[in-house]
Amino acid sequence: MLTIGLSHYLALSTMLFMIGLCGIVFNRRNVIVILLAIELILLAANINFVAFSSFGSLIEGQVMAMIVLTVAAAETSVGLAILVVAFRQRLSVDVSDLAALKG
Amino acid sequence: MIEAVIFYMFAFVLMAAAAACVSVRQPVLAVLSLILCFFNAAGLMVLLGAEFLAFVVLIVYVGAVAVLFLFVVMMLDVRAPAAEPKKRQRFLRPAFAVVTAILFLEILVVVFSSLSASDVAPVIEADFENTRLLGQVLYTDYIYPFQMAGLLLLVGMIGAMALTLTKRKEVKRQKLWDQLDRRAGEVLEVRSVKTGEGLL
Repeated sequence: MLTIGLSHYLALSTMLFMIGLCGIVFNRRNVIVILLAIELILLAANINFVAFSSFGSLIEGQVMAMIVLTVAAAETSVGLAILVVAFRQRLSVDVSDLAALKG
Repeated sequence: MIEAVIFYMFAFVLMAAAAACVSVRQPVLAVLSLILCFFNAAGLMVLLGAEFLAFVVLIVYVGAVAVLFLFVVMMLDVRAPAAEPKKRQRFLRPAFAVVTAILFLEILVVVFSSLSASDVAPVIEADFENTRLLGQVLYTDYIYPFQMAGLLLLVGMIGAMALTLTKRKEVKRQKLWDQLDRRAGEVLEVRSVKTGEGLL
């Protein structure tokens, strides 16, 4: 319990991933919360990468974590831009209002 | 010992902030707890010996992404909606609850069964310089992923601008091509005016 191993970090990142997944699945009212949950999931992936990089003494995991960071930043900017455009059209950020593709 | 205490502190606050982030009703509070998440994740990365990445996480996430979220949340004037689950979504909730509970149990089993197992300690050499090590591989071995990441950021930037750019009708704009298309012969005329008389 007192020595922190790789499995602790893996368990932590899995729990973070699950919280993010629950945020997407359960919480279906707000698009902003879904974007925040995606950020949490990417953060969990980053913690996983860094943990493996540190415990395996390989620097490559941190390179991949930086690339995940870049993807998260680009995804956030485009997602929020889409959100702004959708809000201009429908005056709401509710998920159930964005059902135009359902036909 | 002290490392375990620090790990559990960061991990507990990270979990609590993440749970608050997805469950809180007001979007501003959700974004603020996401910022708390990022701070604790950066602390965990420092604990893992990845200092450079920890500060990059702070700069990128807290400095750019969270501010972007806050800006959008404040600009959009989102009201906290009343919670009313739709009927056809209601059957999904028990299913996902069961799946989530099973996964959490699995995690607990993994954690408590691997405590006695010999986990390798993080390898931190005496002359371990995280930033130098990262820089040595990032610009040589991983130059193509690095460039692709830059290209991705460019695409994201152009996409965000192209999506949100609007032309307002009531604002008068300069029409550059109309101005450049004008010829002197079409709009100007030379007349000889007699002394003492006007053009008319």
